[in-house]
Amino acid sequence: MLRLPRIQYRRPRSAAEAAGMLAELGPRGMLVAGGTDVFPNLKRRQFEPEVLVQVPSLRGVQDLQGGIRVGATTTLSEAASSATLRLALPGFAEAAGLVSSPPLRNAATIGGNLCVDTRCNYYNQSYEWRRSIGFCIKKDGDICLVAPSSPRCWAVSSSDTAPMVLVLDATIGLASPAGEREIPAAALYRDDGIDYLAKRPEEVLTWVHLPFTPGLRTSYVKLRRRGSIDFPIAGAGVALRLDGETVLSCRIALSAVASHPLEVPAAGEFLSGRRLDEETIEAAAELAAKPARPLDNTDLTHFWRKRMVRVVVAAALRKAATQNPV
Amino acid sequence: MTPKLESVGKPYPKVDGAAKVRGQAVYADDIHLPRMLHCKILRAQAPHARIVSVDTSAARRLPGVVAVITGRDLPIKFGILPVTQDEAALEGEKVRYVGDPVAAVAAVDEETAAAACDAIAVEYELLNPVMTIEEALKEAAQEPIQPYTRRTDNIHRQVAYEFGEVDAGFTAADHIREDVYFFQGNTHLPMEQHSAVATYVDGKLTLWSSTQVVHYVHRALARTLELPMDRIRVIGAVHGGGFGGKTDPFSHEIVVAKLAMLTGRPVKCTLTREEVFYAHRGRHPVLMWVRTGVKKNGRITAMHFRSALDGGAYGSYGAATVFYTGVLQTVTYALPAYRFEGSRLFTNKPPCGPKRGHGTPQARFAIEMHLEKIAHEIGVDPVAMKRLNFVKPFSRAVNWLRITSCGLEECTEKVLAASGFQIRERRPGHGMGFAISTYMSGAGTAIYWNDMPHSEVQIKVDRSGATLFCGAMDIGQGSDSVLAHIAAEELGLRPRDIRLVTADTDTTPIDLGSYSSRVTFMAGNAALEAARKMRALLVAAVAEKMGVADVEEIDVGDGRIGEFSFLEAAELAETKFGMLTSGGSYKPPRIGGPFKGSGVGPSPAYSYTAAVVDVDADPRTGIVTVNKVWIAHDIGRSINPLLVIGQVEGGVYMGLGEVLMEEQAFRKGLHKWPSMLDYKSPTFLDTPPIETFLIETIDPEGPYGAKEAGQGPLLPVIPAVSLAVHDALGVWVEETPITPEKVLRALETKAKGEPPRYGPKSFPKIPYPPLVMVQPPAPDDLRVGAELEAALGGGS
Repeated sequence: MLRLPRIQYRRPRSAAEAAGMLAELGPRGMLVAGGTDVFPNLKRRQFEPEVLVQVPSLRGVQDLQGGIRVGATTTLSEAASSATLRLALPGFAEAAGLVSSPPLRNAATIGGNLCVDTRCNYYNQSYEWRRSIGFCIKKDGDICLVAPSSPRCWAVSSSDTAPMVLVLDATIGLASPAGEREIPAAALYRDDGIDYLAKRPEEVLTWVHLPFTPGLRTSYVKLRRRGSIDFPIAGAGVALRLDGETVLSCRIALSAVASHPLEVPAAGEFLSGRRLDEETIEAAAELAAKPARPLDNTDLTHFWRKRMVRVVVAAALRKAATQNPV
Repeated sequence: MTPKLESVGKPYPKVDGAAKVRGQAVYADDIHLPRMLHCKILRAQAPHARIVSVDTSAARRLPGVVAVITGRDLPIKFGILPVTQDEAALEGEKVRYVGDPVAAVAAVDEETAAAACDAIAVEYELLNPVMTIEEALKEAAQEPIQPYTRRTDNIHRQVAYEFGEVDAGFTAADHIREDVYFFQGNTHLPMEQHSAVATYVDGKLTLWSSTQVVHYVHRALARTLELPMDRIRVIGAVHGGGFGGKTDPFSHEIVVAKLAMLTGRPVKCTLTREEVFYAHRGRHPVLMWVRTGVKKNGRITAMHFRSALDGGAYGSYGAATVFYTGVLQTVTYALPAYRFEGSRLFTNKPPCGPKRGHGTPQARFAIEMHLEKIAHEIGVDPVAMKRLNFVKPFSRAVNWLRITSCGLEECTEKVLAASGFQIRERRPGHGMGFAISTYMSGAGTAIYWNDMPHSEVQIKVDRSGATLFCGAMDIGQGSDSVLAHIAAEELGLRPRDIRLVTADTDTTPIDLGSYSSRVTFMAGNAALEAARKMRALLVAAVAEKMGVADVEEIDVGDGRIGEFSFLEAAELAETKFGMLTSGGSYKPPRIGGPFKGSGVGPSPAYSYTAAVVDVDADPRTGIVTVNKVWIAHDIGRSINPLLVIGQVEGGVYMGLGEVLMEEQAFRKGLHKWPSMLDYKSPTFLDTPPIETFLIETIDPEGPYGAKEAGQGPLLPVIPAVSLAVHDALGVWVEETPITPEKVLRALETKAKGEPPRYGPKSFPKIPYPPLVMVQPPAPDDLRVGAELEAALGGGS
């Protein structure tokens, strides 16, 4: 079998201590939470840290004034089955519940899913495979194999929960040796397959605060080949407010179509003030699909994936519309 | 023979089921021996290259490395078929696909062995890779992949036959149609990776392996290691799935044996999942062209079928596979005249070989769709047209294959009625498809030519009970359970009362293993003979004790023989006869016709299957959702219906994966997704309800009338899905897998007013050898074996 490399493993007692270790280790250190993505990537030598720093337990879903705070190491199973989340922000709970498979969701965490490595089928391969084809820019090489003329890496953001934190305008807590800071979720991501996170390398994601106001409707629709296990081929998260049938506000973000979770404001703005019906849903979906640029580096063809963005957006809008808001 | 069956037909659980579920079963990778070393194999990084040099010096210097071997250490080539001994355990001169084995390391642990592989420097001189059927047909740019074909292109093997008057058949036709189809390659994806452990003690080599055939591994080891067979013992470890993928002898089996001999320590090699994709031997990608003539009512007058198989880099079973794409056409639909031309090609990809259905699912996909198109064109109900052409029970096909029992009509009747196919709801996006198939209950000839039995079973009884010995390998299909079931039936016991010793070349008599759906049929017949002989001994001893003259009066059953318990009877018989042992053998009769190549296709009996599939196909996304599958399988007789239904459902599941998802795709000379995450195969959630009907036709040749179940039920599922897609959307997707994109592309051509299809546009021009013209037999000539030999005057 593929074996893990020999590696040091550290268990700090607090997020600040973890951040301190990371600061001291620099590129030799790497954070691990549930490990469902880190460990296979270590086996394939996509990651080659010398030291793994365990994210300390930051678990729980708290119902706070004006929002819900989810601790970074809350497992995806816990988030998916949290009564608080399911009631107030079903789209977020569904997104967590659609990641991978039940056993992996029991280990994988919200923080881990928000920070999950970008994916590309030239990159998510064993060391031997990557050596055979010629290493890519994301690891050990200097060109992007899916777009060789491009100077950047086009690996794909494949988090199901990331679009939800964008449309919910969530705040993210980051711990560093100097203390904690808060950033808007949108500021966590960058459109680059390699440097896809905008946080400092030593910062530890500690919680995500999901603001909630009554009347909010949320949904997430994931397209994947099989009923379980698979990363998204395309995903759409929606946060919608309605006044009767008229849209007060709508935010839409996509997964798996770029190197970051892609918010598509044009579609949301188009809907604002309009009646939400089949016609406007389709038009908004069309607008939402425009900026999506899938490449030939995940499952199925990019021709089809591009066409499916519309479908998932429309489905997510319909799903949000039919919800009974709290 | 047996007036009343006690045990046969009862759904007993598998004899080894609980151990597997509880984690008690010992698979090859679970074996740990004292001082055991771990082996890793360095594999080719280029699809086609000459090996200039291999420098292992740095690897040898690594602490913990005990031995490093290269092609020089294992120069003797091997291969499953005698005609294609073209593989080296470690390639010394040339690599032919990414993943081809080049060097191997034995080290104290797996990490060290992997690091040592990384430290081996191989210098390659790159050659142009050949990655498609079209490229393989052309003159090789530099050199052909395999030199032994003595050709300048990459054609490996060709067959060309004509049975009956094909031209006259086409002349007599009212309507003729041609179509082209492509069936994509896919792999077996067993849960358990290949694994082997070798130890060399006192001049004797023992190998435990996850293999489907201990006997063929035994032969390959003897050949490549130059050891007499009596110095080698091959034991089949508990098996985690083969589906044809563990039927060849493999590099890693020979390598660990060699390393154990060199180091004097046990050596284990377990392939990674990625390496399993390279070991492969899976479904051949096949491009097909078919031309059929029919009368106005749909009666077939002649068929001409061509196949081009993308074989990958080595022979494997390919020389047989090319036959299988053509030969079984005649045992589903009665063809008055049939021309078949096939070619297998070498490409720089992992070698293809046998996968469940071996070479026949591709043709079934093509033929079922092709006939349906003809029916639509001539305005005949497709099901009626297919039924009109069904072969008849107890008949002989135009290519000499002999059909015994045949439940095609009953199977068809059953699935049509259960599914409501003929009264199905007609609405856009919803459809049903119907298809049929046949498969062999064991190949009529052995892999290597010999006149010996294909299966031998020994039964030993003593005062402690009964033990059955057989070389057959249970690969999860339940062959051990079936053997126990048969012995139990004859000895009046329950299957779990029979102790089993199987798949061990030192202790068990020869059986050719788990491939070609042969174990229930052939080992079953051998077990039946051995068990009946043993029963006779026991009954004779009991009769004597009871003072009964007529042994027929002694009842056997419920653990009793006459007035005695089984153990008491055993004691009586042991006292009377001494050591109690009995043997049974099975050898299929000669069936093939009087022409060269007639050995591929004959089987003592054929199973038959019919299926209806219900789908929703979304015209907006192209996504096909299978709602339900109804399948009826002519099993002859189900010795254990629970196991048969398990095999049928497994076949359906695997067929659905092949038709909708699975794909051996290559990019830049590499397998595109050698992992269980990215190579998409269905999960539980993607598998619809399956309603299985077992049709019993009580075949005269099978044990208690049984036929095969392991492979046949996969076959009709694939065309039935594609036909259901057509029923739903009016488009023909004539290439597997039927991905959503292909459905959308077909809908686009339909919208443009072009022929509503997605699939290959043409079949390449291939130079074929002259046709072998074969005079067909009389359709009612059922003679086989000595009778047939006498009629034909010998020869094969």
